[in-house]
Amino acid sequence: MGRYVIRRLLQAIPVLLGATFLIFAVVFALPGDPIGALAGDKRMDPAFAAVLREQYHLNDPLLLQYWHYISGVFQGDFGTTFSKVPVSELMAGKFQVTINLALTALVLEAVIGIGLGLWAALRQGKATDTAILAVTLLLISVPVLVTGFVLQLLLGVQLKKSTGIDFFPVAGAFDGWRSYLLPGFVLAGVSIAYLTRLTRTSLVETLRADYIRTAIAKGMPRRRVIGRHALRNALIPLITYLGADLGALMGGAIITETIFNLNGIGQQLYQSVYLREQPVVVGIVTILVLVYIVANLIVDLLYAVLDPRIRYE
Amino acid sequence: MMTTHTDVLPTEGGLGNTPLLAVDNLHVEFSTRQGVVKAVNGVSYDLYQGETLAVLGESGSGKSVTAQAIMGILDMPPARIPHGEIRFRGTDMLKLTDEARSQIRGQRIAMIFQDALSALNPVFTVGWQIGEMFRVHRGMSKRDAQKKAIELMDRVRIPAAKQRVHDYPHQFSGGMRQRIMIAMSIALDPEVLIADEPTTALDVTVQAQIMELLAELQRESNMGLILITHDLGVVADVADKIAVMYGGRIVEKALVHDVYRTPAHPYSKGLLDSIPRVDLKGQELYAIKGLPPNLLAMPPGCAFNPRCPYRQDNCVSEAPPLYEISHTRSSACHYWREVLDGSHE
Repeated sequence: MGRYVIRRLLQAIPVLLGATFLIFAVVFALPGDPIGALAGDKRMDPAFAAVLREQYHLNDPLLLQYWHYISGVFQGDFGTTFSKVPVSELMAGKFQVTINLALTALVLEAVIGIGLGLWAALRQGKATDTAILAVTLLLISVPVLVTGFVLQLLLGVQLKKSTGIDFFPVAGAFDGWRSYLLPGFVLAGVSIAYLTRLTRTSLVETLRADYIRTAIAKGMPRRRVIGRHALRNALIPLITYLGADLGALMGGAIITETIFNLNGIGQQLYQSVYLREQPVVVGIVTILVLVYIVANLIVDLLYAVLDPRIRYE
Repeated sequence: MMTTHTDVLPTEGGLGNTPLLAVDNLHVEFSTRQGVVKAVNGVSYDLYQGETLAVLGESGSGKSVTAQAIMGILDMPPARIPHGEIRFRGTDMLKLTDEARSQIRGQRIAMIFQDALSALNPVFTVGWQIGEMFRVHRGMSKRDAQKKAIELMDRVRIPAAKQRVHDYPHQFSGGMRQRIMIAMSIALDPEVLIADEPTTALDVTVQAQIMELLAELQRESNMGLILITHDLGVVADVADKIAVMYGGRIVEKALVHDVYRTPAHPYSKGLLDSIPRVDLKGQELYAIKGLPPNLLAMPPGCAFNPRCPYRQDNCVSEAPPLYEISHTRSSACHYWREVLDGSHE
């Protein structure tokens, strides 16, 4: 088990190197001049620009630039922005916001998605089932842009106006965890829909298994047959989906962060690509790749806990 | 064995002449997209205490569906029981409430399934799964239930039961898994045990061991055993009487040795003739011609007529009733006399 974890973490190194190099190269290939952009509309003193270029190794070939960068990263130095802010410091604050948002979304996804899915599965073929499936179809079809603004208007602005209570703050992260509720739901929307369907299918299939028939033949009450015998098995594929989704939620929050004015990595990434701040872009992507890798590792380890047939050496 | 339970359900007359379990004119049908499938068409059989009844038939003959109807584990719908009674100690279980029914299921009538790997829950230890019977039905503590589970595993002769109680089903061999299934089913000393093809998924030497174990447990606790199988070889040593099913009907009922000596239905005869025999080594093995009937489109008259070497015109026009040959024996064939004579040759 310990050896398995170590092996998995070692495998992550080439993945990280590959991912960072790819992003590094893509930003390198972007047209335009980051130093020139620093001065805005004015023309920068060519001598000063040359000094800056030298300082940021901008004249070096791609591989050498990458080497400068990655050797810094391995020493814990993610570099600085052109305005001299350390990238690690910049990222820390932004990641805090995005992690809060992604975790809120993940919790909402798990609770609502699994809850609705189980409900639909147990009412299979009845009106409830059909209604739940219709709602998920709606969630999948409508883009985040629409759900985001509509919910912001209805549950944020209108509800506050009519009741006088601010249930769901609509912008910024100033009200603690409550600020993340509505954006979290919007971000999780499509995932909730998929998880609902996955849960339904998983439970319906599990309920057809032979060991469920055995549990019934043992005279176990229906509640126990579903709650213990079926659920424990039906949950296994859902855990994979949730784990893989954590990375997607963190990386996919750009639109949601913008709608709800949450200053997270989504917004930062957009801005940094625009300014060609290579270290920031690559830094954020590196952390995101790490999150994916760790989340997947945790899922695989959880797998072994949930399903005793799986053993890692 | 029926010490604490007998007063729960009234018994009609003495225990000696009331069957423990009586299936009476049972019909089961399934509604499917293609139409109504009549899986069981008027099956009747009796099981007395301490007796082993073998129900023999090929896939689709209705033998498993009948068993599931007895257990009350049919999915209804799509299944439906339009006619018939299933009397347990004289009480028709089909008229009981779900609550009363679930008091019988698993506790007084238990069942063993064919493929123990898929019939055991993969994510719980075998100890947990056996112990569950005691925890849920007898309100025992985890520790006591675990102890009982070990005792039962010893009783079905699983080596090192004390250690293996913590193992999961996939860590056992096929035969051991079936033993666990058996341990679970006999946990609460059921009065009736239904074994649905308990040895089909096992290799031949293990089959014999499992059958021996079942026979031994049955003798010890004097329960009624219904042994569902398509394998005539399995039946001979263990069963007292036999019911041969074809197309959802019973075609022959007899004491087991009578069937082996002189089958009274062409189908039973065909089954017996298709067993490989040492003295006929080198000759081509007999096989019953044709295919089992399509339950959606049963042939008119006797369901076996398209495959029957004894067929006459009235076999197509007229479904044979179950003719009583003697008080232990009946055959659903118009020409049972000819079949019997033919068997004597």
